[in-house]
Amino acid sequence: MSDSVDPMNPTEPLGQLPKPATAIPSMAQVSKERKTAASTVLQKIRTSHPRASRIPDSVFAVIILLSAISVFAIVVLVAWELIDKSRLSLHQFGIGFFYGHDWDPVAGSFGAMPFIYGTLVSSFLALLMAVPLSIGVAVYVTEMCPQRLRAIISFLVELLAAIPSVIYGLWGIFVLAPLLREYVEPFLARTLGWTGLFTGPMYGLGMLAAGIIMAIMVVPVIASITREVMTAVPQNQREAVLALGATRWEMIRMGVLRNARIGIVGGVILGLGRALGETMAVTMVIGNRPEIAKSLFAPGYTMASVIANEFTEATGDLYLSALVEIGLALFIVTLIVNALARLLVWSITGGTARVRA
Amino acid sequence: MSAPSAPQQVGLIRRFTNAGATTFAVAAAILVLVPLLAIFAYLVIKGIGSVNWAFLTQTPKPPGEVGGGMANAIVGTGIILAVASVIGVPLGIGSGIYLAEYGRNRFGDLVRFTADVLNGVPSIVIGIAAYSLVVVPQKHFSAFSGGVALGIMMIPTVARATEEMLLMVPNVIREAAYGLGIPKWRTTLSISLRTASAGVITGCMLAFARVAGETAPLLFTAFGNQFWNLKLNQPTAALSLQVFTYAISPYDDWHKQAWAGALILIVLIVGAVAAVRITTSRGMLKGGS
Amino acid sequence: MGVGIEVRGLNAWYGKNQSLNSIDMTVAANHVTAVIGPSGCGKSTYVRCLNRMHETIPEARAEGSVKVGEMDVYGSGSDPVEVRRRIGMVFQKPNPFPTMSIYDNVAAGLKLNGFRNRKQMDELVERSLKLAALWEEVKDSLHKKSGASLSGGQQQRLCIARALAVEPEVLLMDEPASALDPISTSKIEELIFQLKQHYTVVIVTHNMQQAARVAEFTGFFLMGSLIEYDKTEKIFTTPADKRTEDYITGRFG
Ligand SMILES: Nc1ncnc2c1ncn2[C@@H]1O[C@H](COP(=O)(O)OP(=O)(O)OP(=O)(O)O)[C@@H](O)[C@H]1O
Ligand SMILES: [Mg+2]
Repeated sequence: MSDSVDPMNPTEPLGQLPKPATAIPSMAQVSKERKTAASTVLQKIRTSHPRASRIPDSVFAVIILLSAISVFAIVVLVAWELIDKSRLSLHQFGIGFFYGHDWDPVAGSFGAMPFIYGTLVSSFLALLMAVPLSIGVAVYVTEMCPQRLRAIISFLVELLAAIPSVIYGLWGIFVLAPLLREYVEPFLARTLGWTGLFTGPMYGLGMLAAGIIMAIMVVPVIASITREVMTAVPQNQREAVLALGATRWEMIRMGVLRNARIGIVGGVILGLGRALGETMAVTMVIGNRPEIAKSLFAPGYTMASVIANEFTEATGDLYLSALVEIGLALFIVTLIVNALARLLVWSITGGTARVRA
Repeated sequence: MSAPSAPQQVGLIRRFTNAGATTFAVAAAILVLVPLLAIFAYLVIKGIGSVNWAFLTQTPKPPGEVGGGMANAIVGTGIILAVASVIGVPLGIGSGIYLAEYGRNRFGDLVRFTADVLNGVPSIVIGIAAYSLVVVPQKHFSAFSGGVALGIMMIPTVARATEEMLLMVPNVIREAAYGLGIPKWRTTLSISLRTASAGVITGCMLAFARVAGETAPLLFTAFGNQFWNLKLNQPTAALSLQVFTYAISPYDDWHKQAWAGALILIVLIVGAVAAVRITTSRGMLKGGS
Repeated sequence: MGVGIEVRGLNAWYGKNQSLNSIDMTVAANHVTAVIGPSGCGKSTYVRCLNRMHETIPEARAEGSVKVGEMDVYGSGSDPVEVRRRIGMVFQKPNPFPTMSIYDNVAAGLKLNGFRNRKQMDELVERSLKLAALWEEVKDSLHKKSGASLSGGQQQRLCIARALAVEPEVLLMDEPASALDPISTSKIEELIFQLKQHYTVVIVTHNMQQAARVAEFTGFFLMGSLIEYDKTEKIFTTPADKRTEDYITGRFG
């Protein structure tokens, strides 16, 4: 027998449910309670099912189990399709595929190195800009800004995550690239040209543009997780540091960031995962040339972009297979990166309570 | 014992560092919000001029000709998203129920983990999978295959939201129902899920908003189409695809239309996100006991 | 060496709610002073006003004059960071830094203050841990164990050592033993008794026997006001105010 009687009106929102009575009610009380409006739904269900049968229950359990299995099956199926469809290329090129520098489908030579290079460099560039910014925003929102601004800024950062990739790309082509070409790149060439990273013709479109666009896209991922783990740090840690005579920054560094660092690393890795797989915005601004250039002004190409650009035009099985193999590599890398990040973030916020931590 | 004593004044360096860090955090907040505002401003400024009746009702004109619209793409996006929801929502809610009500075990952990992994798989890779699973056997691009790709991408978001919301339903409610002899399946659907419905709907909307603007997985599934198509098994235009095609084209008029298409897309998505925000904040106020 | 505290006309608010009404109190140097009163009467608020921790809560503010030795806590040129360094605080729930070793926990305040001399730091850490009566229990695992791996009572003594390491002139303790078992509690009480040789101690407590055991002076708070403040003996035997007597007898009776 349950020790509560009333809290079963399913139409009530969660928060309004009355607290369960602590005393065990008498049978008479229970049957009287049952007739109240609050439990008519239950009553109806009960009368339409005079005896609970085990069969519908097991059918339901099986259906539910099947949908859970489907999640697992989809991931396995995706992996299998990628392996199966890239078999040709795997056999033909072996491991050399990944360090071959030459991508010339017409001549039948397929080396993925330029794409791997482009993916790594653009992602690294994005993180270089996004990590300090995200931590800065998270610190501002959780520790500094007035209560009222907090919700607004969080919402705006959330919106940043909701903007589709293709719109970032559109903005990148028509707004960011001209800006880079006219102002930023000439400035960088003048001041930092000697490093060799900022030389050559300035198109606007190129590795630098890709890095910047991707940084903007990755900030909300890292910032929201950083904010989450920072909020999870108990208030008494902050007080302990303050009471020792710490400035606000020292309080944040010692009392908050230090306690949250594992979770923040998890967030950064998650951001990396997003950057590695980012497709449309990068495809639209990186210039799409399979070359390895030292200058960040130069066009590049990423693994995701080459698939996006060439998949539908791929003539010949080997060409298609090579593209799928790049997809497979991307899949494996993001799988590892995400698994790692999840484990780190879970270890902080405790498994299931991801958003509510 | 000699008592070495700590310095008596808060050093200049510490003050300076504190001020520097504060400035940096404020600057970071501003710097992050600037692109957001810039993007919205440009979408409105550049897009609004080209959103007109023709844009909303006509199909594209041949390359280089002025005029025409994205009516077919708007409808195509609707069709693809409908297919995606039909696949993603039930599977997502189903696995969410499993995770919350049955999944306190090793397999549950595995599913939870795979859901999070699936969430992180690049959309272009999902596109390849949908291509080889649906397009190759069918032998042509189709709205259906695009819907499959987006539907798969919806599942993890919906599943985790459902799980989270169900876990917030107090156990006494379930026990009360079991105590009355109501079977588990009925309890789960009519009591637990109904109690959690606001949160579950929120999760579905977020998943919807997330895939609505996806382009990469549609490139070689829905493929795009310059003409009307209402059939599930034919290549179909989509707003996001059209924006992409037009943006990288050399024609000025198409660039304008790309901005207009993007504006419509963002209104759709921000509308969904804002609706979620408003309902959840109201829900939170109600539930804040 | 400890210094005295002089509080004049101290008011404190949480938003619009006033939680302290013009408190006047003179705390003697190198003595233990207890603050007692029913739950919610403003004891915590009071001690948190003494080292300006009160203002770290959003919407909270305080007004009035607090002098700790020569330092004007709420004076125009006063810096809360400096105030808090010179007035140590121990909280109700032990709050060691979980990611730091025992040694680093104690040294945290010193490092903040730019202390770099390793040898002197070792000395200060050892001295603080000895003062906090924790040295013998942890001296072999100073760098190996984290602050969070200790028992509750040990954690609280670690927090005391951490507060002492920066050599404060005053030590504020907000119910330092209320989360602890009886044995740990008696250890902490013993410790407080030792500490008054070097420090001025203000301790908030719910437990009147505890106040009677450790404090020379006791102040009784009720609804944000200081009702009576006198020698502990006097408060507990012949209180001047009826409300004090009601509270004392209500609890003891
Ligand atoms: N963070 C806060 N925000 C708003 N009001 C507060 C806050 N903290 C305390 N108060 C209010 O201020 C008054 C004094 O609280 P305080 O914590 O100082 O009491 P206390 O004597 O320490 O009680 P206890 O013995 O329970 O610790 C109480 O009425 C309380 O409701
Ligand atoms: Mg208190």
